[in-house]
Amino acid sequence: MSLALKALKKSPWVFHVNTGACNNCDIEILDCLTPRFDVERFGVVLVGSVRHADVLLISGVVTKNVLPRLKRLYEAAPKPIKVVAFGACGLRCGIFRDAYNVVGPLDKHIPVDAYIPGCPPKPETIISGLVKVLSSL
Amino acid sequence: MQALMYIVKYLVFPGFVFSAVVGLLTTWVDRKVTARVQYRVGPPWYQPFADTAKLLGKEVIVPAGAQHTGFLLMPLIGLASATLASTILWLVNLNPDTSFVGDTIVTLYIMTVPAMALIIGGSASANPLGALGSSREMKLLFGYELPLWIAVLTTVVKVQSFSFAKILAFQDYQGVMLGSVSGVIAFIVAIVCSQAKLGFIPFDMAEAETEIAGGTHIEYSGAPLAVVRLNTAIMYFVVPIFLITLFWGGVSFVGWRILTSILKYVAIVVIMVLIKNTNPRVRIEQAVRFFWGPMFALSVVAMILAVLGH
Repeated sequence: MSLALKALKKSPWVFHVNTGACNNCDIEILDCLTPRFDVERFGVVLVGSVRHADVLLISGVVTKNVLPRLKRLYEAAPKPIKVVAFGACGLRCGIFRDAYNVVGPLDKHIPVDAYIPGCPPKPETIISGLVKVLSSL
Repeated sequence: MQALMYIVKYLVFPGFVFSAVVGLLTTWVDRKVTARVQYRVGPPWYQPFADTAKLLGKEVIVPAGAQHTGFLLMPLIGLASATLASTILWLVNLNPDTSFVGDTIVTLYIMTVPAMALIIGGSASANPLGALGSSREMKLLFGYELPLWIAVLTTVVKVQSFSFAKILAFQDYQGVMLGSVSGVIAFIVAIVCSQAKLGFIPFDMAEAETEIAGGTHIEYSGAPLAVVRLNTAIMYFVVPIFLITLFWGGVSFVGWRILTSILKYVAIVVIMVLIKNTNPRVRIEQAVRFFWGPMFALSVVAMILAVLGH
């Protein structure tokens, strides 16, 4: 295993994308940064710009308006990049799957490396998903 | 031969390698203390090194429409100047004979170059948020440089000399600057200005992550981002050493002074981290008003006291 890959496992920086989620998933992501779970122990930080990201954490059904932006975000991210579909909506569009403005699910449009189920996922699930993404490297 | 020695000193000790390692360890102290303040555990000690190694292995993206030379060269120029400032300071502290006339001014001057490099790099990135970050950094630079220079001149007035060697010798014989009223006031002003120089909360509006998504750093990825972060880490090492040299008797590797040197350095770093963790981000005009108002007045008071001999 190369040094860069080893280092990548020790410091995955997460960029969070909301593609039309109800905000509940986004609150659960912030839970992971609180003292109880503290994912910074494993080097995980939320970054503000997609250029700094190693993991795209994508929540929400993909709406018509957000689809072109989502594709541009994926192209703008520096490779190697891992994509994680987050929450029931990210997996199969959840209860919104028949809505007129939904073009999801996510893996129809960009390659997805891991799925974290739940509505919203518990912080324990998120950490377990993180472990799976990193061990797939 | 002499030139070769200086190149080795610049690249290894006390230059690039030494400053980078200690600077990265300092950013770890920063993150760990921040975590403890928030009742978290925080990252392991090798975290900044892992971050740097990872960034060196990532793809480098130069955005379409960016000015290539400025965008990629500026982080390196910032890194070179930060390393140079560190080298000058350490050489003087380890051996006062290396001091030259006006090295205080030279160091202050070189220490503004990383900020200038960030400004140019941000505006070369062809990103509106990057340009916004650059303009904020520029206004902030105008704000904090004035009180910082007057605070430094307070020491110069007391010692009657611009050279670090004289300043260190003066503090050896007549007590440290922090022992006098004017010294304490100037030190407070200087430490607040350093907070802005390093781009820390409450003066981090140029790279506000939650507001303008990284500002001047926004388009950097991979190796250039690693260089930009290394730049900050080395400045994190240089600025406290600069303050210690001017106000607190300098650092030394001789005998028990090794211990006090490390304690002084960690004390200043922890003060900065605590300021960082107990304040919200201010707006740019509030920051400039703060520096040109209360901080300027305080530094002038310190200067007058120094002239009167207090």
